[in-house]
Amino acid sequence: MEMKLHKAGVLTTVQDLGRYGHRSSGVPVCGPMDTIALRIANLLVGNPEGCACLEITLVGPEIEFSTDKVIAVCGAKLSGVEMNRPLSVKAGEKIKLGSCISGSRAYLAISGGITTEPVLGSQSTYLRGHFGGLEGRALKDGDVLNIGKGLSLKKDVARFYISGSPLSQYSGALTLRVIEGAHMAEFSAGFFTQSYKVSVSSDRMGLRLMGKPLKRKVATDIVSRAVVCGTIQVPADGQPIMLMADAQTLGGYPQIAHVCSVDLPLAGQLKANDVVEFSLITANDAQELLKKREAHMALIRTGIKHYFQSE
Amino acid sequence: MKVRLKSQKIRLSALGDCAIEVFVGFPSEDGVIERVQVLTLALKKQNVNWLLDIVPAYGTVAVFYDPIRIPSVLENSYDWLCAWIKEIALNAGVLARRTPTVSKKRKPVEIPVCYDKSLGEDLERVAAKAKLSLQAYIKLHSSTTYRVQAVGFAPGFPYLAGLSPKLSAPRLETPRERVPAGSVGIGGSQTGIYPFSTPGGWNLIGQTPLRLFDLNQTPPALLAVGDEVIFRPISKEEFLAWK
Repeated sequence: MEMKLHKAGVLTTVQDLGRYGHRSSGVPVCGPMDTIALRIANLLVGNPEGCACLEITLVGPEIEFSTDKVIAVCGAKLSGVEMNRPLSVKAGEKIKLGSCISGSRAYLAISGGITTEPVLGSQSTYLRGHFGGLEGRALKDGDVLNIGKGLSLKKDVARFYISGSPLSQYSGALTLRVIEGAHMAEFSAGFFTQSYKVSVSSDRMGLRLMGKPLKRKVATDIVSRAVVCGTIQVPADGQPIMLMADAQTLGGYPQIAHVCSVDLPLAGQLKANDVVEFSLITANDAQELLKKREAHMALIRTGIKHYFQSE
Repeated sequence: MKVRLKSQKIRLSALGDCAIEVFVGFPSEDGVIERVQVLTLALKKQNVNWLLDIVPAYGTVAVFYDPIRIPSVLENSYDWLCAWIKEIALNAGVLARRTPTVSKKRKPVEIPVCYDKSLGEDLERVAAKAKLSLQAYIKLHSSTTYRVQAVGFAPGFPYLAGLSPKLSAPRLETPRERVPAGSVGIGGSQTGIYPFSTPGGWNLIGQTPLRLFDLNQTPPALLAVGDEVIFRPISKEEFLAWK
Protein backbone atom coordinates (compact mmCIF):
# COMPACT_ATOMS: atom_id res chain seq x y z
CA MET A 1 0.00 0.00 0.00
CA GLU A 2 1.33 3.36 -0.90
CA MET A 3 0.60 6.99 -1.53
CA LYS A 4 2.00 9.14 -4.29
CA LEU A 5 2.61 12.85 -3.98
CA HIS A 6 1.90 14.34 -7.39
CA LYS A 7 2.72 17.72 -5.87
CA ALA A 8 4.61 17.88 -2.60
CA GLY A 9 3.72 21.40 -1.40
CA VAL A 10 6.14 24.01 -0.04
CA LEU A 11 7.65 22.06 2.88
CA THR A 12 6.07 18.70 3.58
CA THR A 13 7.86 16.27 5.91
CA VAL A 14 7.17 12.94 7.61
CA GLN A 15 6.83 13.42 11.39
CA ASP A 16 5.87 11.23 14.33
CA LEU A 17 6.01 12.36 17.96
CA GLY A 18 9.78 12.77 17.88
CA ARG A 19 13.11 11.23 18.74
CA TYR A 20 13.80 10.90 22.46
CA GLY A 21 16.77 9.49 24.36
CA HIS A 22 19.49 10.84 22.04
CA ARG A 23 19.85 14.44 23.15
CA SER A 24 23.09 13.50 24.93
CA SER A 25 24.50 12.65 21.48
CA GLY A 26 23.40 16.08 20.27
CA VAL A 27 20.39 14.73 18.37
CA PRO A 28 17.35 17.05 18.45
CA VAL A 29 13.85 15.72 19.16
CA CYS A 30 12.20 16.95 15.94
CA GLY A 31 8.58 15.77 15.63
CA PRO A 32 5.54 17.94 14.88
CA MET A 33 5.45 21.68 15.53
CA ASP A 34 1.82 21.14 16.62
CA THR A 35 1.76 17.85 18.54
CA ILE A 36 -1.94 18.05 19.42
CA ALA A 37 -3.03 18.33 15.78
CA LEU A 38 -0.90 15.30 14.84
CA ARG A 39 -2.24 13.25 17.74
CA ILE A 40 -5.90 14.03 17.02
CA ALA A 41 -5.47 13.43 13.29
CA ASN A 42 -4.16 9.96 14.10
CA LEU A 43 -7.01 9.19 16.50
CA LEU A 44 -9.54 10.24 13.85
CA VAL A 45 -8.30 7.54 11.45
CA GLY A 46 -8.09 4.84 14.12
CA ASN A 47 -4.28 4.99 14.50
CA PRO A 48 -2.24 5.07 17.72
CA GLU A 49 -1.61 8.75 18.52
CA GLY A 50 2.06 8.71 17.57
CA CYS A 51 1.87 7.29 14.01
CA ALA A 52 3.91 9.05 11.36
CA CYS A 53 1.92 11.71 9.48
CA LEU A 54 2.64 14.38 6.91
CA GLU A 55 3.42 17.81 8.31
CA ILE A 56 2.25 20.29 5.71
CA THR A 57 3.59 23.86 5.74
CA LEU A 58 1.49 26.68 4.25
CA VAL A 59 0.61 24.85 1.01
CA GLY A 60 -0.78 21.34 0.84
CA PRO A 61 0.24 18.48 -1.45
CA GLU A 62 -1.71 16.66 -4.13
CA ILE A 63 -1.94 12.97 -3.24
CA GLU A 64 -3.17 9.69 -4.68
CA PHE A 65 -3.59 6.42 -2.78
CA SER A 66 -3.18 2.93 -4.20
CA THR A 67 -6.06 1.55 -2.10
CA ASP A 68 -9.15 2.88 -0.33
CA LYS A 69 -8.07 4.75 2.79
CA VAL A 70 -9.34 6.82 5.68
CA ILE A 71 -7.59 10.15 6.16
CA ALA A 72 -7.94 13.16 8.47
CA VAL A 73 -6.49 16.65 8.37
CA CYS A 74 -5.98 18.67 11.58
CA GLY A 75 -4.05 21.78 12.52
CA ALA A 76 -3.91 24.83 10.28
CA LYS A 77 -7.14 25.22 8.29
CA LEU A 78 -6.53 24.23 4.68
CA SER A 79 -8.74 25.36 1.83
CA GLY A 80 -10.56 22.69 -0.13
CA VAL A 81 -10.70 20.02 2.57
CA GLU A 82 -13.00 19.17 5.47
CA MET A 83 -10.97 19.49 8.64
CA ASN A 84 -10.98 17.50 11.89
CA ARG A 85 -12.99 14.46 10.75
CA PRO A 86 -12.33 11.07 9.19
CA LEU A 87 -12.72 11.10 5.40
CA SER A 88 -12.87 8.11 3.07
CA VAL A 89 -10.80 8.29 -0.06
CA LYS A 90 -10.94 5.88 -2.98
CA ALA A 91 -8.03 4.19 -4.69
CA GLY A 92 -6.84 6.32 -7.59
CA GLU A 93 -8.73 9.43 -6.43
CA LYS A 94 -6.58 12.56 -6.46
CA ILE A 95 -6.79 14.54 -3.21
CA LYS A 96 -5.78 18.16 -3.46
CA LEU A 97 -5.07 19.89 -0.17
CA GLY A 98 -5.17 23.68 -0.49
CA SER A 99 -3.34 26.50 1.28
CA CYS A 100 -3.42 27.46 4.95
CA ILE A 101 -6.23 29.90 5.73
CA SER A 102 -5.23 30.22 9.39
CA GLY A 103 -2.16 28.87 11.14
CA SER A 104 0.81 27.52 9.22
CA ARG A 105 1.03 23.75 9.70
CA ALA A 106 -1.53 21.05 8.97
CA TYR A 107 -1.22 17.32 9.63
CA LEU A 108 -2.47 14.61 7.34
CA ALA A 109 -2.98 11.26 9.04
CA ILE A 110 -3.65 8.12 7.01
CA SER A 111 -5.19 4.94 8.43
CA GLY A 112 -2.26 2.58 9.03
CA GLY A 113 0.24 5.44 9.18
CA ILE A 114 3.26 6.17 7.00
CA THR A 115 5.74 3.30 7.33
CA THR A 116 9.16 4.77 6.55
CA GLU A 117 12.08 3.15 8.41
CA PRO A 118 12.58 4.52 11.95
CA VAL A 119 16.00 6.08 12.65
CA LEU A 120 17.10 6.10 16.31
CA GLY A 121 13.59 5.04 17.25
CA SER A 122 11.66 7.68 15.32
CA GLN A 123 10.40 8.35 11.81
CA SER A 124 10.58 12.13 12.27
CA THR A 125 12.48 13.98 9.55
CA TYR A 126 15.53 15.87 10.81
CA LEU A 127 16.21 18.22 7.91
CA ARG A 128 19.60 19.57 9.04
CA GLY A 129 20.90 16.12 10.01
CA HIS A 130 19.61 14.58 6.77
CA PHE A 131 18.03 11.56 8.45
CA GLY A 132 14.57 10.27 9.39
CA GLY A 133 11.41 10.49 7.29
CA LEU A 134 12.07 9.89 3.61
CA GLU A 135 15.86 10.09 3.06
CA GLY A 136 16.06 12.80 5.72
CA ARG A 137 14.60 15.44 3.44
CA ALA A 138 11.47 17.41 2.62
CA LEU A 139 9.20 15.53 0.22
CA LYS A 140 9.27 16.43 -3.46
CA ASP A 141 6.93 16.01 -6.41
CA GLY A 142 6.59 12.38 -7.42
CA ASP A 143 7.68 10.86 -4.09
CA VAL A 144 6.01 7.60 -3.08
CA LEU A 145 5.52 6.64 0.59
CA ASN A 146 4.56 3.23 1.90
CA ILE A 147 1.61 3.11 4.28
CA GLY A 148 0.33 0.53 6.74
CA LYS A 149 -2.94 -1.40 6.62
CA GLY A 150 -5.17 0.38 9.15
CA LEU A 151 -8.93 0.49 9.34
CA SER A 152 -11.48 1.09 6.62
CA LEU A 153 -14.83 2.82 7.09
CA LYS A 154 -18.08 1.18 6.00
CA LYS A 155 -19.62 4.54 5.21
CA ASP A 156 -18.07 7.26 3.12
CA VAL A 157 -17.84 9.83 5.85
CA ALA A 158 -17.88 9.36 9.59
CA ARG A 159 -20.76 11.06 11.35
CA PHE A 160 -18.63 13.07 13.73
CA TYR A 161 -15.94 15.68 13.90
CA ILE A 162 -13.81 17.25 16.60
CA SER A 163 -14.43 20.87 17.39
CA GLY A 164 -12.89 23.50 19.60
CA SER A 165 -10.31 22.96 22.33
CA PRO A 166 -7.82 21.33 22.54
CA LEU A 167 -7.57 21.92 18.81
CA SER A 168 -6.39 25.49 18.97
CA GLN A 169 -8.13 28.37 17.32
CA TYR A 170 -5.22 29.86 15.44
CA SER A 171 -5.04 33.57 15.00
CA GLY A 172 -2.33 35.89 13.82
CA ALA A 173 -2.10 37.51 17.27
CA LEU A 174 -1.76 35.52 20.43
CA THR A 175 -0.42 35.45 23.97
CA LEU A 176 1.83 32.58 24.93
CA ARG A 177 2.26 31.60 28.56
CA VAL A 178 5.87 31.20 29.64
CA ILE A 179 7.85 29.99 32.65
CA GLU A 180 10.78 31.94 34.02
CA GLY A 181 14.16 31.11 32.47
CA ALA A 182 17.51 30.99 34.29
CA HIS A 183 18.51 34.51 33.19
CA MET A 184 15.19 36.38 33.28
CA ALA A 185 16.27 38.57 36.22
CA GLU A 186 19.32 39.73 34.27
CA PHE A 187 17.17 41.54 31.70
CA SER A 188 15.64 44.97 32.09
CA ALA A 189 11.86 45.11 31.63
CA GLY A 190 10.35 44.90 28.18
CA PHE A 191 9.76 41.24 27.44
CA PHE A 192 6.23 41.17 28.88
CA THR A 193 5.21 44.68 27.90
CA GLN A 194 5.61 44.55 24.14
CA SER A 195 4.27 42.71 21.12
CA TYR A 196 6.75 40.81 19.00
CA LYS A 197 6.52 40.23 15.30
CA VAL A 198 7.58 36.83 13.93
CA SER A 199 10.44 37.23 11.46
CA VAL A 200 10.48 35.65 7.99
CA SER A 201 13.75 33.91 8.87
CA SER A 202 11.93 31.48 11.19
CA ASP A 203 11.79 27.75 10.64
CA ARG A 204 11.30 24.41 12.42
CA MET A 205 14.46 25.10 14.41
CA GLY A 206 13.33 28.40 15.86
CA LEU A 207 11.11 31.43 15.56
CA ARG A 208 12.95 34.72 15.43
CA LEU A 209 11.06 37.52 17.13
CA MET A 210 11.41 41.20 16.32
CA GLY A 211 10.74 43.94 18.84
CA LYS A 212 12.36 46.62 20.94
CA PRO A 213 15.77 45.10 21.85
CA LEU A 214 16.05 43.68 25.37
CA LYS A 215 19.00 44.83 27.47
CA ARG A 216 20.93 42.42 29.64
CA LYS A 217 22.15 44.16 32.78
CA VAL A 218 25.19 41.91 33.28
CA ALA A 219 27.87 40.97 30.79
CA THR A 220 28.96 37.58 32.13
CA ASP A 221 29.54 34.81 29.63
CA ILE A 222 27.04 31.97 29.57
CA VAL A 223 28.30 28.40 29.53
CA SER A 224 26.41 26.25 27.01
CA ARG A 225 23.66 24.26 28.65
CA ALA A 226 20.64 22.20 27.70
CA VAL A 227 17.67 23.90 26.07
CA VAL A 228 14.10 22.63 25.65
CA CYS A 229 11.56 23.00 22.89
CA GLY A 230 10.09 26.41 23.77
CA THR A 231 13.23 27.91 25.32
CA ILE A 232 13.46 31.61 24.49
CA GLN A 233 17.07 32.70 24.12
CA VAL A 234 18.22 36.30 23.82
CA PRO A 235 21.46 36.83 21.85
CA ALA A 236 23.49 40.03 22.12
CA ASP A 237 21.23 41.93 19.69
CA GLY A 238 18.38 41.67 22.21
CA GLN A 239 15.95 40.00 19.77
CA PRO A 240 14.54 36.76 21.25
CA ILE A 241 14.70 33.41 19.49
CA MET A 242 12.07 30.83 20.44
CA LEU A 243 13.52 27.35 19.96
CA MET A 244 11.17 24.87 18.31
CA ALA A 245 10.98 21.20 17.27
CA ASP A 246 14.31 20.93 15.39
CA ALA A 247 16.28 23.05 17.89
CA GLN A 248 19.83 22.05 18.75
CA THR A 249 20.25 20.36 22.16
CA LEU A 250 22.52 22.97 23.77
CA GLY A 251 22.42 26.74 23.78
CA GLY A 252 24.98 29.35 24.74
CA TYR A 253 22.71 32.41 24.91
CA PRO A 254 20.92 33.70 28.01
CA GLN A 255 17.56 32.00 28.56
CA ILE A 256 14.86 34.51 29.44
CA ALA A 257 11.89 32.11 29.49
CA HIS A 258 10.42 28.83 28.27
CA VAL A 259 7.05 28.59 26.53
CA CYS A 260 4.89 26.24 28.59
CA SER A 261 4.23 22.88 26.96
CA VAL A 262 0.48 23.36 26.73
CA ASP A 263 1.00 26.44 24.51
CA LEU A 264 3.71 24.97 22.26
CA PRO A 265 1.25 23.65 19.65
CA LEU A 266 -0.08 27.21 19.29
CA ALA A 267 3.45 28.58 18.95
CA GLY A 268 4.08 25.95 16.26
CA GLN A 269 1.32 27.52 14.16
CA LEU A 270 2.92 30.99 14.09
CA LYS A 271 4.11 32.28 10.75
CA ALA A 272 6.02 35.31 9.49
CA ASN A 273 4.50 38.66 10.52
CA ASP A 274 2.20 37.13 13.14
CA VAL A 275 2.19 39.01 16.43
CA VAL A 276 2.90 37.43 19.80
CA GLU A 277 2.93 38.56 23.43
CA PHE A 278 4.00 36.72 26.54
CA SER A 279 2.59 36.27 30.04
CA LEU A 280 4.30 34.65 33.01
CA ILE A 281 3.00 31.63 34.91
CA THR A 282 4.65 29.17 37.31
CA ALA A 283 5.97 25.75 36.25
CA ASN A 284 3.43 24.24 38.61
CA ASP A 285 0.51 26.01 36.94
CA ALA A 286 1.92 25.02 33.54
CA GLN A 287 1.85 21.36 34.55
CA GLU A 288 -1.72 21.69 35.83
CA LEU A 289 -2.79 23.11 32.47
CA LEU A 290 -1.00 20.25 30.74
CA LYS A 291 -2.79 17.68 32.91
CA LYS A 292 -6.17 19.29 32.10
CA ARG A 293 -5.45 19.11 28.41
CA GLU A 294 -4.38 15.47 28.66
CA ALA A 295 -7.65 14.70 30.48
CA HIS A 296 -9.47 16.28 27.52
CA MET A 297 -7.35 14.22 25.12
CA ALA A 298 -8.32 11.07 27.04
CA LEU A 299 -12.01 11.92 26.53
CA ILE A 300 -11.49 12.37 22.81
CA ARG A 301 -9.54 9.12 22.64
CA THR A 302 -12.32 7.19 24.42
CA GLY A 303 -15.06 8.80 22.36
CA ILE A 304 -13.42 8.00 19.04
CA LYS A 305 -12.59 4.44 20.08
CA HIS A 306 -16.22 3.93 21.05
CA TYR A 307 -17.38 5.21 17.69
CA PHE A 308 -15.09 2.93 15.70
CA GLN A 309 -16.10 -0.09 17.78
CA SER A 310 -19.78 0.54 17.20
CA GLU A 311 -19.38 1.18 13.47
CA MET B 1 39.71 11.23 65.36
CA LYS B 2 36.92 11.14 62.85
CA VAL B 3 37.19 13.35 59.84
CA ARG B 4 33.89 14.96 58.97
CA LEU B 5 33.33 14.86 55.25
CA LYS B 6 31.84 17.99 53.87
CA SER B 7 29.26 17.00 51.30
CA GLN B 8 29.06 18.58 47.90
CA LYS B 9 25.97 20.54 46.98
CA ILE B 10 23.90 20.34 43.83
CA ARG B 11 21.37 22.95 42.77
CA LEU B 12 18.17 22.09 40.95
CA SER B 13 16.02 24.43 38.90
CA ALA B 14 13.09 24.14 36.49
CA LEU B 15 14.02 24.14 32.81
CA GLY B 16 10.54 24.74 31.45
CA ASP B 17 7.73 22.45 32.67
CA CYS B 18 9.16 19.16 31.38
CA ALA B 19 12.81 19.29 32.48
CA ILE B 20 14.97 19.99 35.50
CA GLU B 21 18.50 21.31 35.34
CA VAL B 22 20.94 20.01 37.94
CA PHE B 23 23.87 22.33 38.55
CA VAL B 24 26.74 20.19 39.82
CA GLY B 25 29.53 22.77 39.79
CA PHE B 26 31.53 25.09 37.59
CA PRO B 27 33.30 23.24 34.79
CA SER B 28 36.67 24.53 35.98
CA GLU B 29 36.29 22.96 39.45
CA ASP B 30 38.13 19.74 40.25
CA GLY B 31 36.04 16.60 39.98
CA VAL B 32 32.97 18.31 38.51
CA ILE B 33 33.11 16.37 35.25
CA GLU B 34 33.35 13.07 37.16
CA ARG B 35 30.34 14.05 39.24
CA VAL B 36 28.43 14.98 36.09
CA GLN B 37 29.39 11.62 34.52
CA VAL B 38 28.41 9.61 37.60
CA LEU B 39 25.06 11.40 37.93
CA THR B 40 24.36 10.91 34.21
CA LEU B 41 25.11 7.18 34.40
CA ALA B 42 23.06 6.72 37.58
CA LEU B 43 20.06 8.49 36.01
CA LYS B 44 20.38 6.55 32.76
CA LYS B 45 20.20 3.32 34.76
CA GLN B 46 16.75 4.20 36.11
CA ASN B 47 14.29 2.13 34.18
CA VAL B 48 11.24 4.40 34.24
CA ASN B 49 9.06 5.30 31.28
CA TRP B 50 8.61 8.95 32.25
CA LEU B 51 12.31 9.78 32.04
CA LEU B 52 12.83 10.96 28.47
CA ASP B 53 16.39 12.26 28.16
CA ILE B 54 19.48 12.96 30.27
CA VAL B 55 21.73 15.70 28.90
CA PRO B 56 25.08 16.45 30.57
CA ALA B 57 26.83 19.66 29.52
CA TYR B 58 29.73 21.34 31.32
CA GLY B 59 28.83 21.38 35.03
CA THR B 60 25.14 20.61 34.54
CA VAL B 61 22.87 17.64 33.89
CA ALA B 62 19.42 18.27 32.40
CA VAL B 63 16.74 15.70 33.19
CA PHE B 64 13.83 15.60 30.73
CA TYR B 65 10.61 14.01 31.97
CA ASP B 66 6.96 13.59 31.12
CA PRO B 67 4.89 15.35 33.81
CA ILE B 68 1.82 13.35 32.78
CA ARG B 69 3.33 9.92 33.31
CA ILE B 70 5.40 10.77 36.39
CA PRO B 71 4.11 8.77 39.39
CA SER B 72 4.16 11.76 41.71
CA VAL B 73 2.49 11.17 45.06
CA LEU B 74 2.64 14.89 45.69
CA GLU B 75 0.49 17.57 44.11
CA ASN B 76 3.68 19.05 42.81
CA SER B 77 5.61 16.68 40.57
CA TYR B 78 8.51 19.14 40.39
CA ASP B 79 9.25 18.88 44.13
CA TRP B 80 8.83 15.12 43.99
CA LEU B 81 11.28 14.83 41.09
CA CYS B 82 13.83 17.11 42.78
CA ALA B 83 13.81 14.82 45.83
CA TRP B 84 14.08 11.77 43.57
CA ILE B 85 17.12 13.18 41.73
CA LYS B 86 18.82 14.21 44.99
CA GLU B 87 18.40 10.70 46.34
CA ILE B 88 19.98 9.18 43.23
CA ALA B 89 22.82 11.70 43.41
CA LEU B 90 23.42 10.83 47.05
CA ASN B 91 23.44 7.07 46.44
CA ALA B 92 25.73 7.38 43.43
CA GLY B 93 28.32 9.28 45.43
CA VAL B 94 27.84 12.53 43.53
CA LEU B 95 27.46 14.42 46.81
CA ALA B 96 30.46 12.80 48.53
CA ARG B 97 33.45 14.93 49.32
CA ARG B 98 35.81 12.69 47.44
CA THR B 99 35.59 12.70 43.66
CA PRO B 100 33.45 9.67 42.77
CA THR B 101 34.89 6.90 40.62
CA VAL B 102 33.37 6.57 37.18
CA SER B 103 32.42 2.92 36.72
CA LYS B 104 32.32 2.93 32.93
CA LYS B 105 35.48 4.92 32.37
CA ARG B 106 36.78 4.43 28.86
CA LYS B 107 40.32 4.52 27.58
CA PRO B 108 41.22 7.79 25.89
CA VAL B 109 39.82 7.89 22.37
CA GLU B 110 42.49 8.43 19.74
CA ILE B 111 41.51 10.73 16.89
CA PRO B 112 43.81 10.70 13.84
CA VAL B 113 44.13 14.20 12.42
CA CYS B 114 45.79 15.42 9.26
CA TYR B 115 47.11 18.88 10.12
CA ASP B 116 47.58 20.07 6.57
CA LYS B 117 46.81 23.57 5.40
CA SER B 118 44.70 22.16 2.57
CA LEU B 119 42.47 20.54 5.21
CA GLY B 120 42.79 23.24 7.87
CA GLU B 121 42.39 26.60 6.22
CA ASP B 122 43.25 28.62 9.32
CA LEU B 123 46.28 26.59 10.48
CA GLU B 124 48.94 28.97 9.17
CA ARG B 125 47.16 32.07 10.45
CA VAL B 126 46.53 30.79 14.01
CA ALA B 127 50.08 29.36 14.24
CA ALA B 128 51.54 32.73 13.18
CA LYS B 129 49.30 34.51 15.68
CA ALA B 130 50.52 32.13 18.43
CA LYS B 131 54.09 32.85 17.29
CA LEU B 132 54.71 29.15 16.74
CA SER B 133 56.04 27.21 13.79
CA LEU B 134 53.53 24.84 12.17
CA GLN B 135 55.38 21.87 13.66
CA ALA B 136 55.38 23.38 17.14
CA TYR B 137 51.70 24.27 16.85
CA ILE B 138 50.77 20.74 15.74
CA LYS B 139 52.96 19.18 18.43
CA LEU B 140 51.30 21.25 21.14
CA HIS B 141 47.77 20.50 19.90
CA SER B 142 48.46 16.76 19.66
CA SER B 143 50.33 16.28 22.93
CA THR B 144 47.49 17.10 25.30
CA THR B 145 44.80 14.81 26.65
CA TYR B 146 41.48 16.57 26.22
CA ARG B 147 38.22 16.03 28.02
CA VAL B 148 34.75 16.08 26.45
CA GLN B 149 32.72 18.72 28.31
CA ALA B 150 29.58 18.59 26.21
CA VAL B 151 28.19 17.09 23.00
CA GLY B 152 25.86 19.31 21.01
CA PHE B 153 25.63 22.17 18.50
CA ALA B 154 25.26 19.42 15.88
CA PRO B 155 24.78 15.66 16.46
CA GLY B 156 28.08 14.24 17.77
CA PHE B 157 29.95 17.58 18.03
CA PRO B 158 32.31 17.36 21.06
CA TYR B 159 33.37 20.44 23.02
CA LEU B 160 36.87 19.61 24.30
CA ALA B 161 38.57 21.24 27.27
CA GLY B 162 42.30 21.17 27.91
CA LEU B 163 43.58 23.33 25.07
CA SER B 164 46.91 24.96 25.78
CA PRO B 165 46.24 28.68 26.39
CA LYS B 166 48.91 29.39 23.77
CA LEU B 167 46.65 27.86 21.11
CA SER B 168 43.42 29.64 21.93
CA ALA B 169 42.07 31.82 19.13
CA PRO B 170 38.87 33.87 18.92
CA ARG B 171 36.04 32.55 16.75
CA LEU B 172 35.74 33.98 13.25
CA GLU B 173 33.82 37.23 13.06
CA THR B 174 31.79 35.88 10.19
CA PRO B 175 31.16 32.15 10.40
CA ARG B 176 31.87 30.08 7.28
CA GLU B 177 28.79 28.92 5.45
CA ARG B 178 30.23 25.46 5.07
CA VAL B 179 32.82 23.68 7.20
CA PRO B 180 33.86 20.26 5.83
CA ALA B 181 32.86 17.20 7.90
CA GLY B 182 35.67 15.99 10.17
CA SER B 183 37.23 19.47 10.52
CA VAL B 184 39.12 20.05 13.77
CA GLY B 185 38.66 23.58 15.02
CA ILE B 186 39.66 26.03 17.70
CA GLY B 187 36.91 28.20 19.21
CA GLY B 188 38.25 30.46 21.94
CA SER B 189 39.78 28.25 24.62
CA GLN B 190 38.13 25.09 23.32
CA THR B 191 38.82 22.68 20.53
CA GLY B 192 36.24 20.52 18.76
CA ILE B 193 35.42 18.45 15.71
CA TYR B 194 32.64 19.06 13.17
CA PRO B 195 30.88 15.72 12.52
CA PHE B 196 28.90 17.09 9.58
CA SER B 197 29.39 19.69 6.95
CA THR B 198 27.67 22.65 8.63
CA PRO B 199 28.08 26.40 8.94
CA GLY B 200 30.66 27.16 11.63
CA GLY B 201 32.79 29.89 13.15
CA TRP B 202 35.77 28.00 14.60
CA ASN B 203 39.33 28.26 13.24
CA LEU B 204 40.06 25.14 11.20
CA ILE B 205 43.45 23.48 11.77
CA GLY B 206 43.03 19.99 10.31
CA GLN B 207 40.68 17.14 9.53
CA THR B 208 40.00 13.66 10.85
CA PRO B 209 38.90 10.81 8.58
CA LEU B 210 36.96 9.30 11.54
CA ARG B 211 33.18 9.47 11.67
CA LEU B 212 32.07 11.22 14.82
CA PHE B 213 28.42 10.45 14.30
CA ASP B 214 27.25 7.15 12.85
CA LEU B 215 23.60 6.13 12.86
CA ASN B 216 24.62 2.46 12.79
CA GLN B 217 26.41 2.72 16.14
CA THR B 218 24.88 2.74 19.64
CA PRO B 219 25.14 5.44 20.81
CA PRO B 220 25.51 7.19 17.44
CA ALA B 221 27.98 9.76 18.79
CA LEU B 222 31.58 8.52 19.01
CA LEU B 223 32.28 10.69 22.05
CA ALA B 224 30.36 11.24 25.28
CA VAL B 225 30.77 13.75 28.11
CA GLY B 226 33.75 12.82 30.31
CA ASP B 227 35.61 10.89 27.58
CA GLU B 228 39.31 11.63 27.17
CA VAL B 229 40.55 12.42 23.69
CA ILE B 230 44.00 12.49 22.12
CA PHE B 231 44.82 13.69 18.63
CA ARG B 232 47.39 11.72 16.60
CA PRO B 233 48.90 13.54 13.63
CA ILE B 234 48.71 11.62 10.34
CA SER B 235 50.05 12.42 6.89
CA LYS B 236 47.86 13.44 4.00
CA GLU B 237 48.53 10.05 2.37
CA GLU B 238 47.27 8.26 5.48
CA PHE B 239 44.29 10.58 5.61
CA LEU B 240 43.36 9.85 2.00
CA ALA B 241 43.94 6.10 2.42
CA TRP B 242 41.60 6.12 5.44
CA LYS B 243 38.86 7.79 3.49
